[in-house]
Amino acid sequence: MSRLLVCPPDFFGIEYEINPWMRLSNRVDHDRAVHQWHELMRVLEQDIGVALERISPLPGLPDLVFTANAGVVVGRTAVVSRFRYPERRREEVHFARWFREHGYDVMSIEEGLYFEGAGDLLGFPDYWFGGYRQRSDIRVFPILSERFHREIIPLELVDSRFYHLDTCLCPLSGGDLLYFPEAFDSYGQTAIAERVSSGFRLAVPEDEALKFACNAVSVGKHVVLPIGCPATQSWLRDRGYETHTVHLDEFMKSGGSAKCLTLALD
Amino acid sequence: MDHYQERVALQGHIIDSLVLAKVLDLILMMGGTFDLEDVHIGKTREEPSHARIVIKTASKTLLDDILKAIQPHGASVEREANCRTQPAPADGILPEEFYATTHLPTRIRLQGRWVEVDGIEMDLAVRVDEQHSTAHTIPMGEVREGNQIVVGREGVRVTPLQRPSERDVFGFMESQVSAERPHGPVIADIASRMHHLREQHRLGRSGSNILLAGGPAIIHAGGREALTWLIEQGFIHILFCGNALAAHDMEADLYGTSLGYGLRAGRTVPHGHEHHLRTINRIRAIGSIKAAVTSGVITHGIMAACVRQGVPMVLAGTIRDDGPLPGVITDSVQAQSAMRALIPGVRLALLVASTLHAVATGNLLPATVPTVCVDVNPSVPTKLADRGSFQTVGLVMDAASFLAELARALGRST
Repeated sequence: MSRLLVCPPDFFGIEYEINPWMRLSNRVDHDRAVHQWHELMRVLEQDIGVALERISPLPGLPDLVFTANAGVVVGRTAVVSRFRYPERRREEVHFARWFREHGYDVMSIEEGLYFEGAGDLLGFPDYWFGGYRQRSDIRVFPILSERFHREIIPLELVDSRFYHLDTCLCPLSGGDLLYFPEAFDSYGQTAIAERVSSGFRLAVPEDEALKFACNAVSVGKHVVLPIGCPATQSWLRDRGYETHTVHLDEFMKSGGSAKCLTLALD
Repeated sequence: MDHYQERVALQGHIIDSLVLAKVLDLILMMGGTFDLEDVHIGKTREEPSHARIVIKTASKTLLDDILKAIQPHGASVEREANCRTQPAPADGILPEEFYATTHLPTRIRLQGRWVEVDGIEMDLAVRVDEQHSTAHTIPMGEVREGNQIVVGREGVRVTPLQRPSERDVFGFMESQVSAERPHGPVIADIASRMHHLREQHRLGRSGSNILLAGGPAIIHAGGREALTWLIEQGFIHILFCGNALAAHDMEADLYGTSLGYGLRAGRTVPHGHEHHLRTINRIRAIGSIKAAVTSGVITHGIMAACVRQGVPMVLAGTIRDDGPLPGVITDSVQAQSAMRALIPGVRLALLVASTLHAVATGNLLPATVPTVCVDVNPSVPTKLADRGSFQTVGLVMDAASFLAELARALGRST
């Protein structure tokens, strides 16, 4: 059974601006956010049958809810993130403690390099993609590649609205891929096209990419994605996936959606 | 020529991701060039690849801009060590491990900065100033106790010569010496360079000097008139020779002979063997070659032309010299440094009919100076090339024919 790490949104809110989505003036409706989060958890647990691990929220860490950025978990090893912005750096200790307490070998990234976890490292069983330039440092990938014996193809993120790789690229089981090509430069687009043949990838239309269609949670043949992405949904169904949609617009105010709110544990 | 360079390393899955292609494109698009020094492509998907790239630019600013642009893509500057220096233990003595120069453009790393070594010449040491900001070559004999001298090879970069853009005989840089090679095109190329350099020289541009180093065979063989013409027409800007060339040139003016041979009659004249001694004696009595010319005793020839044109001369003496003439430097080390002082600014060197002066001058010239060595004996240009002056174009021909043909190519009517 798939296990995901999540964090209840008790202290979620917008307290700083570190991506183009965040506006201090754009207040989060807290009750609505809590309701949306619980609905996502219900879909994951009840409709899909995922096991959820909950890390306790902390006041003053509004983005702890986005557990995808805690780090990346490979087997029993957890590579803890080193955030680019000091606003999120205080989350590192908290995540590291959780991993340690849950029996993971904790690996940290050397000083001076940034790495924002599963937000920037995701892929297929035999190779991964690594997003760099906005948040993570490209120099991290050779280190992780050597550690986990996995090919990591770095992709430069060129649009600040898609500041993490998981906002514009989503590998699915069965080798399919959702992505928003314009978030990458021509080299990245070519690299993706050479790896995933055209029938297996959907170039998500811009309006749906901006609703974070690519920030989907993929568990087996289930795909959970934000509501309002009909073209993506229809392509997924044609490819044999069962889609689940949820309202997550309160979290979009912070630049995150379904995938950002979860971290795959194994 | 690209003067600035830095070596960067790139590693990871840089091939399929096109990161290497992107970095190389960036370098070119921004106006730099690169050499891919070492590329290792991973044999399996998991195995990473790595590449070492030498980036070259024409300016420091451009190099910095390129480094800044490619660093986010993982290119990291390979930090090279600063060069090491040690104080000279005593006057005239270099530290044991001193770095010996080549005649190629050389830079050393001082306090993290690449600094051009000035006065490039082969077989010298490199002295660093007290502030560790400049570097200059220094001959062993001129070293003073405590001078900071570069030791070892760390932090020293020698730049191989790039093929010159001019597509003439100097563009090949192959040191070919052959008596069978047709001389005409080679001389035409030399003439065309000289023509261009004379224009530059007349405009007062620095770095446009033509140097001629020659032996007395020029006079014996009948090349005196052609060389005199070349000097008078402003094609020669520096002259290196010995006692003999000067003595026989003035002998010809005073007696019409060269080493006793009547230059017109072509045979020995009675007591002709004394002529050069009498010439030397006369000039010694006057006090200097310059005074002999200005006073009207010497009226024509190479020495007269040099004095009138203000062409600086270095007369280096040898062990077999008669006299010698006033102005001949008999201390070889002093002669060497007088010659060395005139090398900066030389853009073409003609080494004609003298093994001794050709090799001595060749040793002083940086590889960047196009050089022609003319001798009837093929072993002279070969010797020069063997001693490292690979930029030399060798011409196996008689000095007089060479100078006459060269002068004709430059417009002298005969």
